[in-house]
Amino acid sequence: MNNLNFETIFQSKIDEETKIEPKDWMPEAYRKTLIRQISQHAHSEIVGMLPEGNWITRAPSLRRKLILLAKVQDEAGHGLYLYSAAETLGADRDDLVQQLLTGKAKYSSIFNYPTLNWADIGAIGWLVDGAAIMNQVMLTRTSYGPYARAMVRICKEESFHQRQGYEIMIAMAKGSPEQKAMAQDSLNRWWWPSLMMFGPNDSDSTHSDQALKWKIKRKSNDELRQQFVDVTVPQAEYLGLTVPDPDLRWNEERGHYDFGEINWDEFWSVVKGNGPCNRQRLQARVKAYEDGAWVRDAATAYAEKKEQRKLAPEATAKAA
Amino acid sequence: MKEYLLQLADNALILGHRLGEWCGHAPEMELDIALTNIALDLTGQARSLYQRVAELDGLGKTEDDYAYLRDAWEFRNTLLVEQPNGDFAHTIVRQFIFDSYHYYMCQALTQSKDEWLAGFAVKSLKEITYHLRFSSEWMMRLGDGTPISHEKTQAAIEDIWTFSGELTTLNEVEKVMASQGIGADLEKIKPAIAGKMAEVLAAANLTAPTGTWMQSGGKDGKHSEHLGFILAEMQFLQRAYPGQEW
Repeated sequence: MNNLNFETIFQSKIDEETKIEPKDWMPEAYRKTLIRQISQHAHSEIVGMLPEGNWITRAPSLRRKLILLAKVQDEAGHGLYLYSAAETLGADRDDLVQQLLTGKAKYSSIFNYPTLNWADIGAIGWLVDGAAIMNQVMLTRTSYGPYARAMVRICKEESFHQRQGYEIMIAMAKGSPEQKAMAQDSLNRWWWPSLMMFGPNDSDSTHSDQALKWKIKRKSNDELRQQFVDVTVPQAEYLGLTVPDPDLRWNEERGHYDFGEINWDEFWSVVKGNGPCNRQRLQARVKAYEDGAWVRDAATAYAEKKEQRKLAPEATAKAA
Repeated sequence: MKEYLLQLADNALILGHRLGEWCGHAPEMELDIALTNIALDLTGQARSLYQRVAELDGLGKTEDDYAYLRDAWEFRNTLLVEQPNGDFAHTIVRQFIFDSYHYYMCQALTQSKDEWLAGFAVKSLKEITYHLRFSSEWMMRLGDGTPISHEKTQAAIEDIWTFSGELTTLNEVEKVMASQGIGADLEKIKPAIAGKMAEVLAAANLTAPTGTWMQSGGKDGKHSEHLGFILAEMQFLQRAYPGQEW
């Protein structure tokens, strides 16, 4: 069989909703696209620990502190499963991490924005995790089996994250005038970056068509963004907060909200490294990696010694 | 009794807080998860203890009143747990010393005549058993890993050892509680703690310093300069916006 036949079989599996598994034949471009997408997702989980981690030591109650610790811990766990999913495609976790640290690989731009007041922890759960869930629920049906299964588990935890975020927003929005001001300030800063999370408009998206054909993605950027706006605007209304978009209104005819134009200059500028925290986020990851090198070396050296002692207990006893 | 529970609670809260500072910055992802687990366990233990103190106080206070609205001199934690994270070796040495004490102390508390405290100890002991295993294993990896890790860990021991004595030296509150069969009798469990530490240090090729002057005071509210900054950060929102729900 030549590649053409393999490709036909591959596409027909996808068309009939059979999952592609690690040992199945797949086009190189499919493999590459998935490694890129899954590792970007993993990097986003790991970098995403930083803006929220920023408030762990300042969480305003013991209950909130426990929830936040658990949430940030979940993100580390998600990073781990996703790197493992990428490894089923023949990638190596260390190489992927190197790509992040050298700036070669991207991660979600949303994490290049700062967390400035406690309501930001609520807004990240509500909006950022909310936007991520739209994408991830779709990905539970993605064509690559290990990725789809990782997503099922991740989605369960993410929906808990989103609920806790919204719960913080409720407490703040229904609280004192200062708390309400924090909540509004935070919505003002996170609303537009959250809409940007879905990526460029369909007309400008370079990866979309093929990804839809391969069922890596199952909905377009604009469809997901619209779905997010439709779900989120009533939630903001319930909170009594104002979405910072003067063009936002319900369109009876479409059965959807219309919303204003995203500032794509800002989007591309942050992607290119000019967001408020791009430099700090990467520096924090590089520092953790470099400062931890001697620890990882020690663990490797110790494991090797232990293995040797197991193999030659007598020799070790004599040497000692 | 309340004073005694506060000592236990404050140790757990402050050490949990320090471990939380690592979150997102650990040497590898698996360690981020493990350190956060311990932080979660300790913060959870602190919550149960503060809730119990609030119940005994009967003044309508909540767990958060104890964590967020007391000043440094009212905190009863040992000096060890408020020491900065330093490098990973400092964190592990601090953790190992604390876990060795915490494990045997908690084991003794399972026999407490106070029913609530005994129940709390049974539940916490499961968590602490894991903590001690984690920190002991890392003592061995670091002590017996590479020459660099050995050197850093030995240096951390030299820095931190001075805070190890306070854990097992009874203050007045502990003496009273031990005499009533409620608190752990630290005199009795001291040999077991020392034995565990000696065993792990030997296996890790590390040496305990001798003749170290032991600092103390934390249990009676005389702290190092670090605690004030921990509280400044931890209590910021509760202090800046008093009396609100979060």
